Amino acid sequence: MPDLIAKPALGTMPLNLGQIVLTEAPMLETHSIQPYPGQEKAVSKALKEIGLAFPKPNTWLEKAGLRIVWTGREQAFLLGGVPPAGMPAAVTDQSDGWVTLTLEGPGARDVLARLVPLDLRHVKKGDAARSGLGHMPLILITEAPDSFRLMTFRSMARTAWHEIHDAMTKVEARRAAS
Amino acid sequence: MRLTCPHCGPRDRREFYYYGASEYLNRPGPEAAPDAWDSYLHLRDNPAGVTQDLWYHEQGCTAWLKVTRNTVTHEILAVEAVAGGTK
Ligand SMILES: [Zn+2]
Repeated sequence: MPDLIAKPALGTMPLNLGQIVLTEAPMLETHSIQPYPGQEKAVSKALKEIGLAFPKPNTWLEKAGLRIVWTGREQAFLLGGVPPAGMPAAVTDQSDGWVTLTLEGPGARDVLARLVPLDLRHVKKGDAARSGLGHMPLILITEAPDSFRLMTFRSMARTAWHEIHDAMTKVEARRAAS
Repeated sequence: MRLTCPHCGPRDRREFYYYGASEYLNRPGPEAAPDAWDSYLHLRDNPAGVTQDLWYHEQGCTAWLKVTRNTVTHEILAVEAVAGGTK
């Protein structure tokens, strides 16, 4: 069995424009959890073992470095660890399928407003949304009103970076000119 | 145009994919007469007023939704999840 080395999707340096910073986040172990029909409560109970519960739509929860994010109808992603064994749910390891970027700083929401069809004026820590980044799929995790984690398909990492860079350039140009 | 997804909340039209009339939920049984299949597949009303159709929340929670809307006023009257559960 050869040793497999996990490599980042981009391996690029953070990008600072004005006060906005775009970064490729370290890869986290990512598991999709989809409770079997009617088993959501049982899954929530099983997740207690790691201090978590099945998250309500549009939210995320965290305990001891483990995070669980609502990612769609009857689906959540566990980030940063392994789910308890034997849950009545379809559990798949998707660690190599996603890239996570962080976007932080005053103006981060103005950047997202150019790419994401959501009203982010009132977002707060604990919010999560399944939406789109341009034409790409997006899981948007709000850490603070000006601090976001963005997950999209790893195969689209360079396009996502490019599009966000482009939006950052325009937001920063407007700020500088005003 | 915005649809209020029962899971995700109010969302922009570009997150959704339009499928067609809500008739598609009433698939005839395998033994149904050709007339029933003809009607299921091809015969549609084209109302000036309230209509129901299916939308897929493709760039969101991936739920199928039954939308009741008015083709004259563009009012969205109801958005319901086709499959049970609201989580
Ligand atoms: Zn939805």
